[in-house]
Amino acid sequence: MALLSKQNKEAFTNPLNLDHPILVQVLGICSALAVTSQLKPAIVMGLAVTVITAFSNVIISIIRNTIPNRIRIVVQLVVVAALVTIVSQVLKAYVYDVSVQLSVYVGLIITNCILMGRLEAFAMQNKPWPSFLDGVGNGIGYAMILVVVGAFREFFGRGSLLGFQIIDCKDFNNGMMTMPAMALILVGCVIWIHRAYFYKEK
Amino acid sequence: MEHAISLFFRSIFVDNMIFAFFLGMCSFLAVSKNVKTSLGLGMAVTFVLLVTVPVDYLLQTKVLSENGIFGMDLSYLSFILFIAVIAGIVQLVEMVVEKYSPSLYAALGIFLPLIAVNCAIMGASLFMQQRILLDPSETKAITSVVDALVYAFGSGIGWTIAIVAMGAIREKMQYSDVPKPLQGLGITFITVGLMAMAMMCFSGLKI
Repeated sequence: MALLSKQNKEAFTNPLNLDHPILVQVLGICSALAVTSQLKPAIVMGLAVTVITAFSNVIISIIRNTIPNRIRIVVQLVVVAALVTIVSQVLKAYVYDVSVQLSVYVGLIITNCILMGRLEAFAMQNKPWPSFLDGVGNGIGYAMILVVVGAFREFFGRGSLLGFQIIDCKDFNNGMMTMPAMALILVGCVIWIHRAYFYKEK
Repeated sequence: MEHAISLFFRSIFVDNMIFAFFLGMCSFLAVSKNVKTSLGLGMAVTFVLLVTVPVDYLLQTKVLSENGIFGMDLSYLSFILFIAVIAGIVQLVEMVVEKYSPSLYAALGIFLPLIAVNCAIMGASLFMQQRILLDPSETKAITSVVDALVYAFGSGIGWTIAIVAMGAIREKMQYSDVPKPLQGLGITFITVGLMAMAMMCFSGLKI
């Protein structure tokens, strides 16, 4: 089997647009909204979720034939929780300030619906390599939204990007943009634009 | 007592799970299509919160902390332990409710098993874990099992209020003329955003 056959390619590219985890499947909204008040935590969170989705997909896909059907949810939760613990320790060791900003939302990756959704819908039926691609695709799709919303909120809220001041005005501070409410409205607008241009009702 | 009351009202209005922290958004958006099912899910979430948060509090203080039975800081194990407790308790609650109160079981229906992966439940446990470390004089601090119980109850009520209000708005919204690409998910997000903005006015609340 070719590494990038047509099906494998679709497993990777579908979640980036037509089968997008946030915009179309409406999964994993909780953390997507909460960590986007600045760009840096948004990027770190996107990376963390991509890594965890990809590897939990691979692990579950490898052991999928040995999991008894009745307890599969618990097995999936344990695999995900173990990976999240590792990622959380790595974040604390190397980017401590970001891990403080993310606070409980790193732990909440466990209950991120993208993970459970992909494990149930894809990894339980497919071989490890396509599952890996599917996980990476979904993770990147999720990270895209985080980066767009995070950049928008940091730029218009604080006039900076990644902590560098871009609008050089002394008292530039638009508190509304950094408030939780604007994250919801921005994601609503992103969904509006996406549906208007790409998404076709079946 | 005063502390408990203040904690209760803060967790409903100021630290509202949905409007301040976006926890449990997935099921919030999926289920809030009408008032009746919203109320069912809200009740189920409150119920499970009431059981899991005190249990996780005891685990955190008696087993995982430095003063616990192992005498060392095991808090890095908290994610696995908390999610296992939540998944286990959800199963247990489901079985108990099914046996002793079939009518409640029928009312909650498929919502009970779904709650195991509701971020609001896990989130409440993780926030509780953070708040144990706070100074006891702060209003947010959780210093006893009773505090944990009050916090869980307040969070559950706050979540229920949010989802029932959303269900009611969405029932009415069916008659409005929304632009086509914005229909469904998009307008729901914007509505929740506006509701969150309104809830922000509670942020200075002190009792």
